[in-house]
Amino acid sequence: METLSYRHKVQGYAAGSKSTVIIGVVASGNLEVLVERVLSDTECQVDINTAAEGFGAVWEAVVADFVERRSPGGLKFSINDGGARPDTVALRLAQAVRLIEEDEP
Amino acid sequence: MSIPKFETPDMSHVAIGKSVSWYEASARQRVRLLLDAGSFEEFIGPEHREISPHLRLFDLPAQFDDGIVVGRGRIASAPVFLAAQEGRFMGGAFGEVHGAKLVGLLRAARDIKSIPLLILFDTGGVRLQEANAGELAVAEIMRALVEARIAGVKVIGLIGGRAGCYGGGGLIAGCCSALAVSEQGRIGVSGPEVIETNRGVEEFDSKDRALVWRTMGGKHRRLLGGADAFVDDTIASFRNIALQLIGSAPGFGVDVLKAEQARLEERLRRFGDCADAVDIWRSEGVSDAEAVPALAAQQFIALADKARRPRDDAR
Repeated sequence: METLSYRHKVQGYAAGSKSTVIIGVVASGNLEVLVERVLSDTECQVDINTAAEGFGAVWEAVVADFVERRSPGGLKFSINDGGARPDTVALRLAQAVRLIEEDEP
Repeated sequence: MSIPKFETPDMSHVAIGKSVSWYEASARQRVRLLLDAGSFEEFIGPEHREISPHLRLFDLPAQFDDGIVVGRGRIASAPVFLAAQEGRFMGGAFGEVHGAKLVGLLRAARDIKSIPLLILFDTGGVRLQEANAGELAVAEIMRALVEARIAGVKVIGLIGGRAGCYGGGGLIAGCCSALAVSEQGRIGVSGPEVIETNRGVEEFDSKDRALVWRTMGGKHRRLLGGADAFVDDTIASFRNIALQLIGSAPGFGVDVLKAEQARLEERLRRFGDCADAVDIWRSEGVSDAEAVPALAAQQFIALADKARRPRDDAR
């Protein structure tokens, strides 16, 4: 297992009022993303626990791209990863932000 | 990998459930669409991070909910407790935390007495990495389930997931007040690969998928009487049958246990010499037994209702 953590300063903050959402499942080639609205509006953090060691540079690039596209200020992302490919990671992160920005039913 | 379906304003919650496959859905999607919209309240949710203490010893990734979602909600406005296993995480297997969450839920139902409990099984059995802790969890769940039933709680098992319901899951299912199964939901204790490994390929060829489905699949379990109801593979079908079984499931007492014992003895007497599931269906009065595996859900439900009463006042 490898543990990674990235913290970014962001311009905009995530919309919506939900405090927590979760998406995905930990399985081969898949991952879960837990999102919590616990940071200040100008901060974003992504903590990763991954079964695939040695891919720090890829994670850093995927996370940086995600933060730039979505500007998810105020959100802390916690990831348990079963060895997902970068495109799956990007998809799950996008789903997670979309979920937490949706209105409560 | 599943793509979540996003609601559009003109589509009601229940209508979405009609178009979503139970087999394909995640545990959380099943919970959300089985219950009344927005009524689910999770106990020990993923944000509490009650993860397995064992998996890290094997360098394996944990999941924040340890593969089971437990909580309470409403179904057709009536309160229910509910536990849903995620079959894609470690095969939905019972680990220490996973099991403890279900035990706690069953004990809460036992103490409250009047609220039924649904178990959405999706499991291969005990999580091998957690060995004794997983076996103990299964034993504790069975005890808690029986105590809940003695207190008057109806415990309904819903089975139709990828992992089926095997190992300790099969034992726990056998303790429930009633079971509903879809074609994809398999029920057993030893799974196909386990039987083949222990008894040889002549005894059971786990690669013969047709053999696996007709020996352990939902249609056979319904015809044999092991499952009380057979349903189509949609979340709406499981919601309807859950409501129905909450109403019709028997209580728990010496009479029910005696009737169950008599039913099992009769099953052994009648079918003990059958070499294949098809022989059992034929002796149950299904004239075109070979055609059963290919029947659509509604055709099969009509056939099964004619061939066999759902329950012999037992279980």
